[in-house]
Amino acid sequence: MTLLTEKRAPRPQPETRKIRGKVHLREHLMGWLFVGPFGVVFLAFLIAPLAYALYLSLFQKKLIGGTSFVLFDNYVKAFTDPSFLSGAWFVIRFSLVSIPLQIVIALALALILDSVTTLFARFSRLMIFLPYAIPTVIGAVMWGFLYSRGFGPLTDIFGLFGATAPDFLGSDLIFYGLLNVVTWQWAGYYMIILYAALQGVDPTLYEAARMDGAGRWQIATRIKIPLIAPALILILVFSLIGTLQFFNEPQILRYLAAGTIGSDFTPNMYAYQQAFSLANFNYGSAISFALGGIVFICVYAFLFFTRKRRSFL
Amino acid sequence: MLAAGSGLVACSSDEGGSDASNCTNTITKKDLPVVTMWGWYPNTQLVVDNFNKQNNEVQVCWTNVGQGSDEYDKFQTAISAGTGAPDVIMVEADRIPTFQIQGALVDIKQYGYDAVKANYGEGAWKDVSVGDKVYGVPVDGGPVAMIYRKDIFDKYKITPPKTWAEYEQAAQKVKDAGGPLFGDLGANVSALTMALQIQKGAAPFTYDPAQPKAIGVKLNDQPSKDVLDYWGGLAKKGLVGTQDQFTPEYISGVINGNYATYISAAWAPGYLTGAGVGKGQDTGKFAVAPLPQWDPANPVQVNWGGSAFSVTKQAKKPELAAKVAYGLYADKESLTDGWTNQIIFPLNLTALKDPAFVDLKVAFFNGQQANKEVYLPAAEAYKGVAYAPFGQYYLDAMTKQVSEIIKGSVTGSQAADRLQEDVAKYAKEQGFTVQ
Repeated sequence: MTLLTEKRAPRPQPETRKIRGKVHLREHLMGWLFVGPFGVVFLAFLIAPLAYALYLSLFQKKLIGGTSFVLFDNYVKAFTDPSFLSGAWFVIRFSLVSIPLQIVIALALALILDSVTTLFARFSRLMIFLPYAIPTVIGAVMWGFLYSRGFGPLTDIFGLFGATAPDFLGSDLIFYGLLNVVTWQWAGYYMIILYAALQGVDPTLYEAARMDGAGRWQIATRIKIPLIAPALILILVFSLIGTLQFFNEPQILRYLAAGTIGSDFTPNMYAYQQAFSLANFNYGSAISFALGGIVFICVYAFLFFTRKRRSFL
Repeated sequence: MLAAGSGLVACSSDEGGSDASNCTNTITKKDLPVVTMWGWYPNTQLVVDNFNKQNNEVQVCWTNVGQGSDEYDKFQTAISAGTGAPDVIMVEADRIPTFQIQGALVDIKQYGYDAVKANYGEGAWKDVSVGDKVYGVPVDGGPVAMIYRKDIFDKYKITPPKTWAEYEQAAQKVKDAGGPLFGDLGANVSALTMALQIQKGAAPFTYDPAQPKAIGVKLNDQPSKDVLDYWGGLAKKGLVGTQDQFTPEYISGVINGNYATYISAAWAPGYLTGAGVGKGQDTGKFAVAPLPQWDPANPVQVNWGGSAFSVTKQAKKPELAAKVAYGLYADKESLTDGWTNQIIFPLNLTALKDPAFVDLKVAFFNGQQANKEVYLPAAEAYKGVAYAPFGQYYLDAMTKQVSEIIKGSVTGSQAADRLQEDVAKYAKEQGFTVQ
């Protein structure tokens, strides 16, 4: 190396370029070194399993005849499979109702807690957030027992007034039963995100608004909400992705809800059943990817319609 | 990073079967070879300890990975992965063809079948065989009978119904008098529903392992439809409940006396006792009567559940594993513990012919000689069934259709037609020729 540089010494330009290149290379290497650990984990635990699932989804395994490459046959089957379609339709409907409901509750709570600064407000903040700290499985089991008509409190409470308790685990009301569980669990979490965003708003804006004669309501709707719009969109995307992948709550409650929640209730449950109880990993993978496609389309459509307001993606 | 790396290596090591260091039981004879085993009998601990104590050739390392479907799902995953299965596994007889067709089980005929052949009846062997190959060692069966609440029957002055027509009349009588539900139509007990259909003459599957590509699927013949219509009718009239069984909701209903009868197998009392039924003020309120019949002149007895020990293909030493499969739960001490606590209805003839078993006054049934009066005759009359090689799918599909009946969106006959369509389609997808 030294010999080479000595030789080329008379020509200064390439020399500096070379040094610069070396520095660049070193910077590059350092960069890769820093990114490396993350990169390895990212590749090993996200990209590789995804690629493997995609690979699996292109095959079909039969009890008689073994495994064969079928390209997109599994996807064609999924999008004509009533079990998958009804599950997908359910989570889409569920999203349309549950997400606005959760956001409205979270936003209202965040705005109230933002304008009240008593000790009680801090206590409430913690209490509203608490359900999120309870694991979803425990939450679902707990609600299952509360809903139960055999030993839950509803029967007794309604019995006091001589009425029959509604069956939140029956096929008519299960939608609302689940809606309640999900809202209870997540509204507090979204409230914290919105509350944090509100804390970041410059208070002088409120002062200016008040001087211009704005009331509390106007400050909330004209200043606070527009300023935390990016955070609102963030939680909307979170909840959209989460709700379309609905799994834990119905999977737990199906043991308490007699026959109401089938094994194909949501697309994720259907994929789970196909893969782990029917050993149909190929079709299970195809369903997962098909669901991934639906999630992608929904999120993309949502971001497209709100493109003016977002700033984080 | 290093720690995580070594963790990965440990997870992916192909030890073949669950790790022998993770046994639920304690192995005292540490120098002997170990065979791993999955099972969920409530008294497995005792059974395994008995085996290990009496055996000087091999020791059993037992893990309970869950009951029924929970275990099957894990086994199925291990089969697909090609690693992770135990050497010996407890399976219900109706699942054997499902695993056998995937090549997951070992034919144990060459490993000492002749020595124990005489210990079990012909029907017992038939249920664990596919063709002339034997894929399991029978342990217990599940002759089905009608468990009932004697106090409720006395209160409404009814006698145990002998036919299904009488069953419905009795149910109506109790309902008219403002009494509790008479029974339960559970969507999650497809195997029982199938047994009740078979009782009326249904033959869901015909399968000859010599011609593995062809299968007969007949899920909507008249007997199948009749039975679904019958139970759908009872549910619609509000005579029986529609709870999933084995759930806290159902068990609490049984404890509260919400169901006058419980159509179930001989192992049910042990399960119910374990769940807290028949204790305290409910002690001795239960009794058992033979299963109601469609045609009392030609009674038919059916079976629900009952398990066997099978040797898996992943067993490194199948011969040693077979020794465990043959020997486990076959000693007198274990069997006696099983039947006295009504955890099992034994298929081992030494137990079946033991006068102590035959004459046992069952505490759960308030001293009734349930074995002699009900379960033994039912077990003896049981003829065996041909199960499907895709049992899991069939039972799931049945659950789905029975749920629809319960919702009232289809009649029993329509459900049977849909089930036929669904399962036949699946069979074709799986490469069978459906007849």
